[in-house]
Amino acid sequence: MQIFNIVIAGVGGQGVLMASKVLAESALVSGMDVKQNEVHGMAQRGGSVISFVRIGDQINSPIVMPGSADLLISFEPLEALRYIHYLKPGGRLVYSKVSINPSTVAAGLAVYPADVEQQIAAGCADAQGIEALSIARAAGNGKAVNMVMVGAVMKHLPLKEEVITEVVKQISQNKGIEVNLKALAGGAAA
Amino acid sequence: MKKIISGNEAIALGFGDFGGVFASGYPGTPSTETLEEVARLGDVYCEWAPNEKVALESAIGGSIAGGRSLSTMKHVGVNVAADALLTLTYTGVNAGLILMVSDDPGMHSSQNEQDSRNYAKFAKVPMLDPADSQEAYEMVKTGFEISEQFDTPLMLRTTPRISHAKGVVVQQEKIAPQIGEWVKDVPKYVMLPNFGKLKHVEVEARLLKLQEYAETTPLNRIEMRDTEIGIITSGVAYQHVREACPNASILKLGMVHPLPARKIQEFAKSVKRLVIVEEMDAIFEEQIRAMGVDVEIGKNKLPLCGEINADILRTALGGGDVEVTSPVAGLPQRPPVFCPSCAHRGLFTILSKLKVFVSGDIGCYTLGALPPMNAMHSVIDMGASISAAHGMAKVNAIAGRDEKPVAVIGDSTFFHSGMTGLMSMAYNGGNALVIIMDNRTTGMTGGQENPGTGETLQGIPARQVEMVPLVKALGIDNVVELNSYDLSETEAAIKKGLATPGPYVLIDKNPCILRYKIRKPAMNVDQEKCTGCRACLKVACMALGLTATGEKQKVRVDPNVCNGCGICQQTCKFDAMHTIEGENNANL
Repeated sequence: MQIFNIVIAGVGGQGVLMASKVLAESALVSGMDVKQNEVHGMAQRGGSVISFVRIGDQINSPIVMPGSADLLISFEPLEALRYIHYLKPGGRLVYSKVSINPSTVAAGLAVYPADVEQQIAAGCADAQGIEALSIARAAGNGKAVNMVMVGAVMKHLPLKEEVITEVVKQISQNKGIEVNLKALAGGAAA
Repeated sequence: MKKIISGNEAIALGFGDFGGVFASGYPGTPSTETLEEVARLGDVYCEWAPNEKVALESAIGGSIAGGRSLSTMKHVGVNVAADALLTLTYTGVNAGLILMVSDDPGMHSSQNEQDSRNYAKFAKVPMLDPADSQEAYEMVKTGFEISEQFDTPLMLRTTPRISHAKGVVVQQEKIAPQIGEWVKDVPKYVMLPNFGKLKHVEVEARLLKLQEYAETTPLNRIEMRDTEIGIITSGVAYQHVREACPNASILKLGMVHPLPARKIQEFAKSVKRLVIVEEMDAIFEEQIRAMGVDVEIGKNKLPLCGEINADILRTALGGGDVEVTSPVAGLPQRPPVFCPSCAHRGLFTILSKLKVFVSGDIGCYTLGALPPMNAMHSVIDMGASISAAHGMAKVNAIAGRDEKPVAVIGDSTFFHSGMTGLMSMAYNGGNALVIIMDNRTTGMTGGQENPGTGETLQGIPARQVEMVPLVKALGIDNVVELNSYDLSETEAAIKKGLATPGPYVLIDKNPCILRYKIRKPAMNVDQEKCTGCRACLKVACMALGLTATGEKQKVRVDPNVCNGCGICQQTCKFDAMHTIEGENNANL
């Protein structure tokens, strides 16, 4: 198969790395080669986070280059816009519509663009916004936004939904299984 | 069995599978998860040392006592451990000893971009440079074998795209650890000049033997494809080369010191154009040019700074037009920031207000240098806050400037190398205000244990260092506790510390809210009372923001982010902020 490049973006603390892990493990279980890479250094919450998942017969570089992503998943609208240039022509974007202020905006040093959704639509013909936070809350925990987003992109991945669901089951902590599976299903239905 | 794991996890797995007995390190991005994974796997003893020098010295002891040992650290940590390393290379080892060092090209989370391959040359020790998780795993085995065969420590080097990139690893059969004899051997382990002179001769001879090994080891392999271009490369750069130039011939170096001169010359002869692709310094290139080999493309086209990637290679090699899509311009930046309800926020709100010179250090609190706080004015290396403040105060006194510097340092950094600076300040009659943010964790690297947390890396209850008696024992009389969640108390305490002549230490014991999962009810802003004066925004909390509409923009609190510390509330002159009882959705 051709290489399928995924970029996952969000804000530190949103669970970008967990979502990446689900996709990477699912690819491994499906017998594909996979590399996953993110830059995580500082532990603080609130910084911009970007992670790459590359799936195919043989993967060399762990990095997705700008202009080459098949799918961009963003957990926040401004972060979708920040990394939209990673999409290849015709690439797909799925993003959570709930905005989180960067510290620069919170401190009054910058303004959160009011037309972020319009800019996203202008930059990607195939963009879908998801009410991820309310779906996660309905599933039982607002922190499950990451699983909602995985659910929302399942049908666009070269991976079987049953495989992803099984991986989520296996890597969830005991009490988190039910919430995560609900969040996954909620995302899939969005 | 196949697993998808990071390079760090692969090294930890290899350490357990290939006879590892003792591991000691100090947290540092991107190396940190290696020892955390050794601890999680649970098969082998491992520990956090207070600094990298202690970590490497403990691993040396482990090796002398006959157990295969590992020491892990980031690139700048090797500077701290270098004293041990540069003589360890003379003594050699008993059981195998690997020093794992993680470089940070691109400076994702470091204060400099030094290239550790220089240390391998400097210390005259072999260095391996894995290109993915599988190689990282296997190089632990090969590394121990080389270390024991050649009686040398071995450096295993990673970069963020190896340490933090996950790839497929096939696990091999486990080798049971075998602990060797603990032998007294004075000429080998006592580096008095007379013994050291003999050892230096051995080190030079060893390097020649390692060069021969480098010529034949499968770690260095030639992949012949099209002979138009031949590329010499290593580590993650190899992967970018495969991506950008799938038809090029490659000499892939798994052992990056010493270099296989004959193999390089033979490879150079077999291709038309020779290219050297290495991140950071021109270490291969300088040595290869010195061999008399013509290099067409090296650092004349490739960067010395930052990471290399496939697009940079395509551009440098001129392989057609590389169309790079540009990011959307003008978006607000999203830099890392103090977590909502972090204790550092109150401290830096006051330091920013008082406009004092803050000599800073390495930790989460370094973010106090960023706008809108702008309240940190020098950050050099671990522990420098206190010693640099001491030097500033001395020169200020000579210059007749009546200003006392403030040093800010965290607990782990204080234990690492702040204590010696404070002892010097007490001993040499210094005059600085030192603020120790003792949040009982090594925060910036993700909340590791340290001598102050009361627990070891393996979760065993431990003797807990008490900060106040420790500081007093170093010779400081004025030691006062601080609560930086109380802004007026904090301001008064800092002012008193600045007004009192001599060394003065404030210790804040509020724990890291992330590490200790502290949850408080969120705040709400009474929109009737808020005047939109923006005084609260100066605390730089991501839970705060302005309302999008209205005649005058007012402040609102994002209840999904706020963790109710009340710092912003104390800056409000109009009593607009109140706690929402029982409400906490903070996504921490």
